[in-house]
Amino acid sequence: MEFLHALLIQPFVDMVMEPAFFIETVTKGLMAGVLYSLVALGFVLIFKASGVFNFAQGVLALFAALTLTGLMEIMEPIGMPKALVVILAIAATIVVMVLLAIVIERLVLRPLVNQELIILFMATLGLSYVLEGAGDLLWGSDVKVLDIGLPTDVWDINGVFVEQLDVTAAVAAGSLVAVLAVFFTKTRIGRALRAVADDHQAALSVGISLQQIWVIVWSVAGIVALVAGIMWGSKSGVQFSLSLIALKALPVLILGGFTSIPGAIIGGLIIGLGEKVVEVFWYSVHGGAVENWFAFMLALVFLMFRPQGLFGDKIIERV
Amino acid sequence: MLYRETGQFKRNYAADQQLFPIFQDKILLAIIVTVAVGVIPFIINDYWSKAILLPFMVYAFVALGLNILVGYCGQISLGTGGFMAVGAYSSYKIVTAFPEMNLILAIVLSGGCTAAVGVLFGLPSLRIKGFYLAVATLAAQFFLIWMFNKVPWFYNYEMSQITAPPREVFGVLVSGPQASPAAQYLFVLGFLAFFTWIALNLVRGRVGRAWMSIRDMDIAAELLGIKPLKTKLLAFAVSSFYIGIGGALIFHIWLGTVEATEAFDILQSFFVLFAIIIGGLGSVLGAYLGAAFMALMPVGLKVVLVDWIGMVPVTAKHIEFILVGSLIIFFLIKEPHGLARMWQITKEKLRLWPFPY
Amino acid sequence: MKLTKTTMALAAAGVIAGAAWAETAMADYDAYTVPNLVYRTGAYAPNGIPLANGFIDYFNMLNERDGGVEGIKVNVVECETGYNTKVSVECYENLKNEGQSGALVFNPHSTGVTYALIPKASEDKIPILSMGYGRTSAADGTVFPYIFNFPTTYWSQASAFIKYVGEKEGGMDKLKGKKIALVFHNSAYGKEPIKTLETLAGTYGFELMLLPVDHPGQEQKATWLQIRRGKPDWIFMWGWGVMNQVAIKEAAAIRFPMDKFIGVWWSGSENDVAPAGPAANGYLAGTMHAPGSDFQAIADIKKHVYAKGNGAGEEARIGEVLYNRGMLEAVFTAEAMRNAIKIHGTKDIRGEHVRDGFEAIDLSEADFERLGLKDFMKPIKITCENHEGNGPVAIQQWDASAGKWNIVSEWIEPMHDVVRKLVKEDSAAYAAENNITPRKCS
Repeated sequence: MEFLHALLIQPFVDMVMEPAFFIETVTKGLMAGVLYSLVALGFVLIFKASGVFNFAQGVLALFAALTLTGLMEIMEPIGMPKALVVILAIAATIVVMVLLAIVIERLVLRPLVNQELIILFMATLGLSYVLEGAGDLLWGSDVKVLDIGLPTDVWDINGVFVEQLDVTAAVAAGSLVAVLAVFFTKTRIGRALRAVADDHQAALSVGISLQQIWVIVWSVAGIVALVAGIMWGSKSGVQFSLSLIALKALPVLILGGFTSIPGAIIGGLIIGLGEKVVEVFWYSVHGGAVENWFAFMLALVFLMFRPQGLFGDKIIERV
Repeated sequence: MLYRETGQFKRNYAADQQLFPIFQDKILLAIIVTVAVGVIPFIINDYWSKAILLPFMVYAFVALGLNILVGYCGQISLGTGGFMAVGAYSSYKIVTAFPEMNLILAIVLSGGCTAAVGVLFGLPSLRIKGFYLAVATLAAQFFLIWMFNKVPWFYNYEMSQITAPPREVFGVLVSGPQASPAAQYLFVLGFLAFFTWIALNLVRGRVGRAWMSIRDMDIAAELLGIKPLKTKLLAFAVSSFYIGIGGALIFHIWLGTVEATEAFDILQSFFVLFAIIIGGLGSVLGAYLGAAFMALMPVGLKVVLVDWIGMVPVTAKHIEFILVGSLIIFFLIKEPHGLARMWQITKEKLRLWPFPY
Repeated sequence: MKLTKTTMALAAAGVIAGAAWAETAMADYDAYTVPNLVYRTGAYAPNGIPLANGFIDYFNMLNERDGGVEGIKVNVVECETGYNTKVSVECYENLKNEGQSGALVFNPHSTGVTYALIPKASEDKIPILSMGYGRTSAADGTVFPYIFNFPTTYWSQASAFIKYVGEKEGGMDKLKGKKIALVFHNSAYGKEPIKTLETLAGTYGFELMLLPVDHPGQEQKATWLQIRRGKPDWIFMWGWGVMNQVAIKEAAAIRFPMDKFIGVWWSGSENDVAPAGPAANGYLAGTMHAPGSDFQAIADIKKHVYAKGNGAGEEARIGEVLYNRGMLEAVFTAEAMRNAIKIHGTKDIRGEHVRDGFEAIDLSEADFERLGLKDFMKPIKITCENHEGNGPVAIQQWDASAGKWNIVSEWIEPMHDVVRKLVKEDSAAYAAENNITPRKCS
């Protein structure tokens, strides 16, 4: 009886009785969700264009952030103004990510063209091993402080705390999606990307180079990984654990669908909101640390109704 | 020349359906068995047992189980670590609640518990497919590990780290720190051999064929009268049974103590999936080869890089990461169907050797 | 295809050639083997690196300055584990018979690994030094003859924290009605202090709030929302790795007073406070030894090791909290080896002799001065029965502007009576489950 009360009644009473706290929980949940979306975005981009379930996305974020901090450390002693260092380092990191995309396409994707999806998935797991080793070897395993001048203070709005870093992340994610939307609909390359996503064969037959498209899409995913790496890394410092954020993006992916960019955003928000509210308001039922499995359970429940995720392409099966 | 079936005639169905119809295969098997039973137990030491043979054998066992689900029935699962934990923790509960029970029985029972849990988490597979299912099985992984860390009943209200109590099987100590490496090795070998035999027969029989038809095209299979519900859940049950026993063996024999959050974390799930893909999906031999590759290659690389070349251990570890990753990609490019397929091709070539044309 | 293969092979060969450096792989005939299980890679590498550096630098210094321990060089063999139990088991089996002496002592550097090695090492007669971590009830030397976790265990440390809080609140009776939150790594390690704190909560009437954080702890918004809501008066933290850095940053973001936020001594290093920058100012953490590099032994390390270019890390990072802790492990190990040689009257020592050496550790203020570690820590004495040593705990505080830790409390004596009782209960249960007959100590 007590258990049922704690499960079914008390949390809702709490929500109503502590409105300010409830609002703060919701805000923080949404903010966390934005950060998950940022990682999920990279997955979706690559899956859409090449059908590769890229498990190395988390490691890409780590690798990008490591490269950025490493380059900043090299440039800082020269004595340039901070803003210039940041801009140059980011530009250089983007170049590195593009080069990486070319190497990946050449050495991993091209030889594996037309293989089954699970083989490509495994190849990206192998890739994540390589990048982990290489990142550590190049830049060392210490915690690196990443400070590119993002605001770290807190706004206190009538007792509701909002972290400026979170807001920055939300703005970054929003503009990223806007830029991607323009890129996909207005540019020639973007339209080619969509053509490839729709039908590889048809795209090939109208003269679109698949290899070029893959390089572009992996570069874009690399840049998205850089943004995710900056946001997460500003909070915890850049270190190996950053590569594990890929796991936080997986429930977002199945919830939103592997092939939908809006799905990644909305899925992220739902997961972020759901797990925070459940963790906080149902604490007396479960005793804490349920976020990991709860996100997957939540996604699972949605999947039972829509097996292709909320926004995923409908799966049509024929004999 | 050396390896061919020419002249080996079968006079009845039983002879035709035996597991190893070719004479040369029998010789090879006999050699392997002789070495495994007649030589290794006498020369094995702690290092070979704990660092090489036990890891290889328990992972081969788990890979065998996962291969039934992924390779034969086509359902990708990333909940392996969680199911291994079910095996380990349920066997711990069984051996501490019934101290007199034979360890073999206790481990098989824990496999049964895992099978039940596996069926439960297999239910969504009826509706969810492909990568969606793979990611959805992570719910099992995270939930089970959370539960074993959270609920004190599972670890007898002590610390959440469980320790295998010493147990004897037929008067020989097999678990606990005093157990001899040979006894532990033979104990796991016995399990592995017996259940490999079961698996070999299972996958070539009616059940295995039903699994494979579901894997190849489930709608078509359904039209043929194969019930997807029964077949998929059976695959989940059998696979989890193997994985649970594997987890129990890891706990009792190999490590002797485990903590759910560390020993059975999500990396284990990936590790075993790696093993079966590298080894060969839908192949019993593949499970063995993949487990050998994944469990032994890091040790081998370490020996080469640190002991032979004299590299600093940490640099060696980084390079080991790069090499393992590169080798995985290399093998996938070279032979996407895994090491087992390579072995098959070698056999084909041997058949014609030395006159390929 | 061919090109890919060749390129990879070439690349691999190039990396190997570039990174390899000649090192005598085989132990010298007359050298002691002291293996060290380290993690310079993986999620916990930022903490593992200074620990490992302090350890190996101290022994290298002894080798250079004194020609080793009692004239015999010490060969520190590192094995990279990546904080992984399975790899650690492989390392243990690989190194336990290394060299002429065999492994003399193991430092597992992880609670999980310590649990895994306890039964095995006891059987192989190799002592395990899990300095300030590992299984707390191993403090009972009658059940765990080969395991040492001095100078203080987690349980003792938790009780010392409560004493510190009581003192700050103006008396232990003021604890009544106070609320203390424990933010902990959701693993065997993080859960260690719960039982002690629950017992003490009953005694002193404070309220305990338990907030688990899952590995790795990159995302803790929910935890800190709970703290916003529960408004605890104090926060204790049993964290490790990235969890520490995020927690300190989150605490700053909700403007929790840093001087009421105490981390366990594995949550109080320079790495942990760096990402939060100035916001971490005033954060507290437990410690068993002094921070800083103002000690003769460290001067010797600089002179004999770093000046010759043999240092394991950067010279600027000597004296960091975890570096000093790694060094302290080496100091205790060396002392135990010296004791073993003295007790058994031979230089041909094995693991079991070093065990006796550990049990004979009795370091006074004067001894620490002799070791070049004046005021580094308080005197400590290990006995056959008590492997914890009952060392006191100090509280250190982070000064963000100066970028260093300062000890801000007296050395606090833990509540031995409470802890000892819990230790006895737990070790008795372990002995019963594993058919161990506790040995007699007197």
